[in-house]
Amino acid sequence: MPHGPNRRQALAAAAGAGACAAGLGVAAGPALAVNDYAEQIIKFTGGTKPIGARVKLDLPELAENGNTVSMAVKVDGPMTAASHLEEILVLAPNNPNARVVRFRFSPTSVPEAATRIRLAESQNVIAVAKMSDGTCFFTAREIKVTIGGCGG
Amino acid sequence: MAETKPRIRLDKNDVKRGDTIEVKTLVSHVMETGLRHDADGKLIPRMIINKFTCELNGKLVFECDPESAVSANPYFQFKFKPEESGTLKFTWIDDEGTRTEATETIKVS
Repeated sequence: MPHGPNRRQALAAAAGAGACAAGLGVAAGPALAVNDYAEQIIKFTGGTKPIGARVKLDLPELAENGNTVSMAVKVDGPMTAASHLEEILVLAPNNPNARVVRFRFSPTSVPEAATRIRLAESQNVIAVAKMSDGTCFFTAREIKVTIGGCGG
Repeated sequence: MAETKPRIRLDKNDVKRGDTIEVKTLVSHVMETGLRHDADGKLIPRMIINKFTCELNGKLVFECDPESAVSANPYFQFKFKPEESGTLKFTWIDDEGTRTEATETIKVS
């Protein structure tokens, strides 16, 4: 967002055009606006409705430092030639950007992965898994964040 | 991009067919989110690793597309059951196109 007189102009223009909260961006108050995580899910699954099963998302209940939160994700159940794990997309609905990371697997993969992520505030992190036959599964895991990390 | 070499740890390099190898990787990178401002109030542009791949003999084993919500000095851990011996090649690519590569040899009998 531009600073100085330009910022005032931008805000005035946004208000004048009735663009409201959307035009002002996400950093307005204590709670960040919800991002486009729902659209990201639809894009990822290709419209298939994900089933709430099989995916396990491992996150601490409480993260002292939102800048580096350990996260592991796995998909339970048998992997067969017909239906094995292809991708997992992790989303943070209350981060500035919904997408956190996308993992892509091969037929020789064990269906799990781990990394460290940034979370801006307490939220329900979502993991969506896509299988080779197009079926999708998901889970959500609540995590409290004491000091937010500026995730993208 | 990385001032130091990436760190790769395989729990084993020599396995029987059907065994699992666990891979842990760590690379130095600031993973600048594109949301921070410098002392003058200017936005610091995004600069992250946006692709990590692991291939065995040229075939994809595991791939990761991080966004700026992946922490600085990205850590990736994954497991696989190799079906052939050969060279594991690890590649990290960032927003500027800088590539960092590393390899490990594995044996499957």
